[in-house]
Amino acid sequence: MTVLVRVFLKSGVLDPQGKAINDALHRLGYANVVDVRAGKIFRLEMEGAEPAAALASARKLADQLLANPVIEDFEVELAPAGAAR
Amino acid sequence: MSAPRVTVVLFPGSNCDEDALIAARSTIGADARLVRHTETDLLNPDLVILPGGFSYGDYLRSGAMARFSPAMDSVAAFAARGGAVLGICNGFQILCEAGLLPGAMLRNAGLRFVCRDVFLGVETKRTPFTLVLDKGEVLRMPIAHGDGNWTADPGTFRQMVERDQVVFRYVDAKGERTPDANPNGSLEDVAGICNVAGNVVGLMPHPERCSEELLGNTDGAKLFRSFATALLAHRT
Repeated sequence: MTVLVRVFLKSGVLDPQGKAINDALHRLGYANVVDVRAGKIFRLEMEGAEPAAALASARKLADQLLANPVIEDFEVELAPAGAAR
Repeated sequence: MSAPRVTVVLFPGSNCDEDALIAARSTIGADARLVRHTETDLLNPDLVILPGGFSYGDYLRSGAMARFSPAMDSVAAFAARGGAVLGICNGFQILCEAGLLPGAMLRNAGLRFVCRDVFLGVETKRTPFTLVLDKGEVLRMPIAHGDGNWTADPGTFRQMVERDQVVFRYVDAKGERTPDANPNGSLEDVAGICNVAGNVVGLMPHPERCSEELLGNTDGAKLFRSFATALLAHRT
């Protein structure tokens, strides 16, 4: 089963990378882009057939390692069946 | 009086470990040894240094994986007993990730790796590494990092100021805080901090790289000498 973990800087935390990307998009003429936040996605292949257990485990490991709760938020979800790798 | 015992923890990707050993020996005559990250015995140190470098390639976040090394459990226990811990650059990042120091590191505001000398203002004398320095004293030290943009939420920072946990701030040569003096965008120009008790200190600049005449600058030696003085006072 595949679990996706998305990690982003918290909304109040300045994101230097997102700001640079936002500025670059404006230079390219995308005036409709108001803000960019850069984050990370982790695709975890997990053993077991119980989605709730996999999600609980993913939340625990995301809190412990994948995200730094001081500056980052995360969300976990099951990857849709047959999703492109 | 026996020589100060200094342990430098070696992580995969550390690259200032030898510099830290040499600085500890040359500045205060320390009995300095390396302990690998896989060890749990810190060899009964007076001071533990977490050196600069790129532990675990800085993958995920700087310091994020070094934090789970067996040696770090021992460092946390040593710190909890009041043992002196100095985290330099990547060592500072590891201390934040481990929760031994507050806050966290963001990418430098300018997005570039910055390698140059900076000026630091001493904010407090309460740590072993600043005991003999003067508040407001200006030190020159090199920095070399891409993730030194220290930050904390406003409530945490307010509490840190109340508890006198800001140890160094980036300043100009005259000791004034200016936007240009801050090389990485860190919150309130913070360059170094300590825990509530004051025994655990982290800073982004590299005192071990400016501790000998041969290197053209000896301001870093002041931190080591201060520690030796603090240790002497502690022992007597």
